[in-house]
Amino acid sequence: MRPLDDRQVRHLQDVADLPDLTGTRYEMTGRLARGGMGTVYAVRDTVLGREVALKVLSAPDPEGALAARLAEEARHLARLQHPNIVPVHDAGRLPDGRAFYVMTLVRGERLDAWRAAGRSLSAMLRLFQRVCGAVAFAHARGVIHRDLKPENIMVGPFGEALVMDWGVAKRVQQSERDAEAATLDLSAGEPDGTLPGAIVGTPSYMAPEQARGDTASIGPRTDVYALGAILYFLICGRPPFDGPDPRAILRRVAEQTPPPPRPDGGGRGSRALTSIALKAMARDPAARYASAQEMSDDIERFLDGRPTEAHREGLAERTLRVLEKNRALVMLLAAYLLMRVMVLALAGF
Amino acid sequence: MPDKAGPFPTTRWSAVEGTRSADPAERERSYAALVAAYWKPVFKHIRLRWGKDFAGAQDLTQEFFLRAMEKDFFAPYDPARARFRTFLRTCLDGFLANEDKAARRLKRGGGVTILPLEFEAVEGEIAAAAVPDPATLDRHFDAEWARSLFELAIAALRRECEANGRLAHLQLFERFDLGDPAGDRPSYAEMGAPLGLTAAQVTGHLALARREFRRLLLETLRSITASDEEFRKEARFLLGTDPP
Repeated sequence: MRPLDDRQVRHLQDVADLPDLTGTRYEMTGRLARGGMGTVYAVRDTVLGREVALKVLSAPDPEGALAARLAEEARHLARLQHPNIVPVHDAGRLPDGRAFYVMTLVRGERLDAWRAAGRSLSAMLRLFQRVCGAVAFAHARGVIHRDLKPENIMVGPFGEALVMDWGVAKRVQQSERDAEAATLDLSAGEPDGTLPGAIVGTPSYMAPEQARGDTASIGPRTDVYALGAILYFLICGRPPFDGPDPRAILRRVAEQTPPPPRPDGGGRGSRALTSIALKAMARDPAARYASAQEMSDDIERFLDGRPTEAHREGLAERTLRVLEKNRALVMLLAAYLLMRVMVLALAGF
Repeated sequence: MPDKAGPFPTTRWSAVEGTRSADPAERERSYAALVAAYWKPVFKHIRLRWGKDFAGAQDLTQEFFLRAMEKDFFAPYDPARARFRTFLRTCLDGFLANEDKAARRLKRGGGVTILPLEFEAVEGEIAAAAVPDPATLDRHFDAEWARSLFELAIAALRRECEANGRLAHLQLFERFDLGDPAGDRPSYAEMGAPLGLTAAQVTGHLALARREFRRLLLETLRSITASDEEFRKEARFLLGTDPP
């Protein structure tokens, strides 16, 4: 047999990973992304005549645990019908036996790429509020994302935000939600085979309780922490903890309080906005916003020029904020006073 | 309908585990599977990483596997601590670094081929390939290991298609997936015409061949890993979804 060259090996890797769509309503268009568990392909739904995204399990799954996790992800998405959460349309097994689900094909760019194109602070905060709204909606339905980060948020061509990749999301018990106990239902064990204590998420955006592997403490406020880290990223263009070594990041997340974000354009930035990010990222979950909606409300106050919950301002700060909020009135008043002074001065002559 | 396990191998047989068996036949079968998967990367590693000449690398490859069998090199392997391929490469480097063992190899009369391995063909591959960067030679071993598994899976697919009378499936797979990836691929209609198949039939045949190829590839991998966790990790690497 003729030996395989490197290009052939790469092609065969793709071939071995390709889903078998024979006999289904889908036709392959191309590969969009590969992850540890699954690969996402653009496919054409021949019945409805539209392009959709098909996520298929690519990692081996001898015990069916990953298939269960993918199916659970699809069920989470099906429960979460919200304008800022990618909708799921179909799920099941392909002719090759692999688990899959089909979702809307999102055209756009990831939040990190969207931000890099240069956006105004107010545009970023309005978009961020929509993300908070989606997360709050998921929490209200008992679903915790657990891996919120800029890479998992897509911004569409019309500025719509879509929260993606609910692959490690978890359902919270109804009674616990009511009690805001922030405890996960682990009675059935982790579907990916990991045990309580295993670390799930992305280190740079991970809450301290996640970094410690303390699964019993993970709840809605864990997502609030990640939202704080995303806000931090929007302010300064980098996550609160960063570096080449994921283990070192995990240690810092577990042990340190993040430094205040400095806007990447220079200057100190707004202390009120910084405080919102830092409150969301409090090491003690009880000191964070109780919900993503509360965080969004505080950002609304900031955008309206009202005092925020996160930041206790001094007299000088309050004066400056009031002046800033009423800039037009202040300018008018100043112009009037200046005119009066000039009139008086002229009358004196 | 596909079964619950789907395309993933259901066999639990592991050659790595088999090397520890008390049954000599099982041990022999296990070592044969490991030699089939590893001899090419081992030979290339000795040639390129250790700079041995063709004859020396040939003898050392033979010697390494024979001594592994005699001295149970792989017995201490613990899948919780490392992947088997990493462990094997460490064993190999230790073996090669040991000058006493090399001396004993000479005493045994190096140059005698004991395992039926086609070293000349692999030497041709080394000569035809670009010289790897010395800094990446460990990754080169991993890449060669992956190449070796793909070749084993293709050979298994050939055997299976021939045994089941699926020669058209095999021909389509070879033409479409083993050709030059950068070259122009024929359309499904063009490929089907000489075989009397429609484009839709070609789609079905090719999908079946690819499905079998994936199954055989993962089955081969499964047989040379020791645990489900190692199997999952190695499959991600093999399929290009994970770094080594």
